[in-house]
Amino acid sequence: MDFSLSDEHLELRRQMREIMTATVTAEVIDETHRSGTNHAPGFIEALGDAGILARAMPGPGQDPVDMWLVSSEAEKFGAPFDAGGMATSIAGVLAQLGTDEQRRRITPGLLSGRELVCFGLTEPDGGSDLPRIKTRAVRNETDDGWIINGAKMWTTMGHVADWVFLLARSDASAGRYGGFTTFIIPMSTPGITVDPVWTMGTERSNATFYDDVRVGDECLVGEAHEGWRTMGIMLAFERGLGNTGALTPLLRRFAQWATESGTIDDPLVRDHMAQLAIEAQVAELLTQRTVWTIATGEGPGTEGSVAKVYATEAYQRAARWAQATAGADGLLRFHEAGAAADGWIDYDVRHSTPQTLQGGTSEINRNNIAERQFGLPRMR
Amino acid sequence: MALEFGLSPDQESISDLFSSFLAKECPTEVVREAEPLGHSPMLWTALQGFDAPGMGLPVEAGGGGAALADLVVVAEALGRAAAPVPLVEHLVASRLHPEAAIVSGDLIATIALHPADGSGLWRLAPAGAVANVVIGIDGDETVAVHAAPPGVAPANHACAPIADRSARLGDRVVLGPASAFDRALAEWRMLTASALVGVATAALDIGLAYVREREQFGRTIGSYQAIQHGLADFPALIDGARFLAHKAAWAGDNGRVGAAGVIDMDEGEITEHCALASMAFLQAGEAAAVCTDRSLHYHGGYGFSKEYDIQLYFRRARGWANILGDPARERLRLADMLWPPPGSTAGVGAGRAITAGRA
Repeated sequence: MDFSLSDEHLELRRQMREIMTATVTAEVIDETHRSGTNHAPGFIEALGDAGILARAMPGPGQDPVDMWLVSSEAEKFGAPFDAGGMATSIAGVLAQLGTDEQRRRITPGLLSGRELVCFGLTEPDGGSDLPRIKTRAVRNETDDGWIINGAKMWTTMGHVADWVFLLARSDASAGRYGGFTTFIIPMSTPGITVDPVWTMGTERSNATFYDDVRVGDECLVGEAHEGWRTMGIMLAFERGLGNTGALTPLLRRFAQWATESGTIDDPLVRDHMAQLAIEAQVAELLTQRTVWTIATGEGPGTEGSVAKVYATEAYQRAARWAQATAGADGLLRFHEAGAAADGWIDYDVRHSTPQTLQGGTSEINRNNIAERQFGLPRMR
Repeated sequence: MALEFGLSPDQESISDLFSSFLAKECPTEVVREAEPLGHSPMLWTALQGFDAPGMGLPVEAGGGGAALADLVVVAEALGRAAAPVPLVEHLVASRLHPEAAIVSGDLIATIALHPADGSGLWRLAPAGAVANVVIGIDGDETVAVHAAPPGVAPANHACAPIADRSARLGDRVVLGPASAFDRALAEWRMLTASALVGVATAALDIGLAYVREREQFGRTIGSYQAIQHGLADFPALIDGARFLAHKAAWAGDNGRVGAAGVIDMDEGEITEHCALASMAFLQAGEAAAVCTDRSLHYHGGYGFSKEYDIQLYFRRARGWANILGDPARERLRLADMLWPPPGSTAGVGAGRAITAGRA
């Protein structure tokens, strides 16, 4: 085994750190908290200009270590990369399943960081059980187009996105996984409305509604009725590569508070900090292993599920412990006098909560490990 | 140089060699027969047959020239078989004191994990019951003491061949200052971690085999989600510990020891051998404890009976880890490496510990 990064990867890391230091200032972070929009345009555009978004795009022929490094460096730094992650993911989908016309019309905007894409997947009645979605895409024979009706939940970035990547049912008679179609549609298309969903994590998400939204075949991603295949490719990109590095900034901020408050001398606290440092290493190693399995062409199997469940649950436990340890000061929000770690400890408790839900709940991932890694019977 | 999580060809062949050897020579009947002492002279002799006792030493010293990266593979195979031989301790001790009879394995060597007490006693040295040579700290020196082993161990949880040994009585050689022993302790933590990873892996295998077979309420208990989800936690615990042990070995083999390694808590970057060995040891202890505990539980009452193998692993999970002491103390020692207390030199080569961190 080898745990070193190549010179090329070290250079990418250096570039990332340089860009983040320049573009992700305290004021920029403040603005994301104030607005609830976890997006820093200057940062993502700088990544686009440096060609880093193109390197971070997933898919065959791409270096998965680049993809991991970019998201993990952003996460360690505390730089908002969600919009970049969604853009590179959809650029990756288009690289595999899109048309040349789409790759000319859509991809450059995504990889320059100037255009954003949101995901229209989950619905009020279709979360973990995604095939239950009710959004319908009906073929309109008169103009060879599609008419889409339905509602989507958790369309984060929907209010600032230029595009939506949408999953709809196009043939309800085609069995559980058949008859789905995926689209990429301009958010400015008539009939799309966006309502905010405010969360306890400071962040704004959205509910989006599609009322007689008319689109042409140029919006199809992949073949009509073959949308479940598109989803398989996309979800494989997502699982277990991002959002597994949150323990490192949490521990850095906690250690800073503990040093300033003198709590760091308390053996009870030091004991637990050492445990968190181990968990941070484990989370990183499990994620790197997922990257490696993708790089070797073996993956992704269940490695992403293993990393995701472990890392997100460890992050939640750590945030809740840090808050309890900081006592009353751990309850105070950003900009309040005496707030532990300037309010980050309160923030991490709130921010960590949905991590075990989004991108596959812990339960769905444990099912995946039991069924696919152990070969135990599927019971749902 | 790039991320690589597969075994090298050398590691693969060593893994195959030891796994097939132990599958043949060390089924669990051998483990049971070796209790309560926890040592099988026949198995040791068989290991000598392919020069295993000296494999951790350079070829020039008459050894096998194996890297630490190879030794962690050996230790994991030993743990998976619950092998009643003190090869982990011997490999570590031999690297400090490469005497010909130790290299060949004719003499068994071990290390004492804690300095001798005021009366010159090393308390409960691992393999102390069977080792002809014990190496440890006495005062400010690292010493090796040749003496006849007692051949019996105090009755203990893991049926491990532990025993008190004297640091003064016997043929005593000074090997160096007490600090010369640090490296041995780090290697012992790392290899014991790998052995515990083997224990945890065996607990997963045994547990899976049982829940696939055992039926209750008309179906196999492995079809129940409560049990599936309990088992689904094992891979992260096991793989996490395994990768930490391999990373510690990689750091050691590449000279990333002390100040030559990196401990950067701002970036979460740790490439220092001793800190990684400590992390591996703690994570593996946790993995082995949790996996053997749950696997035993899924056996119902049968797991508690001596007839079933899981209890062999359950007891070793605790015995092999707790011989070092309270894990909380080990975590405090690790914390001193990661966040050195002001004015202390505790941080083993803390390249850049906590600095004025970013927000």
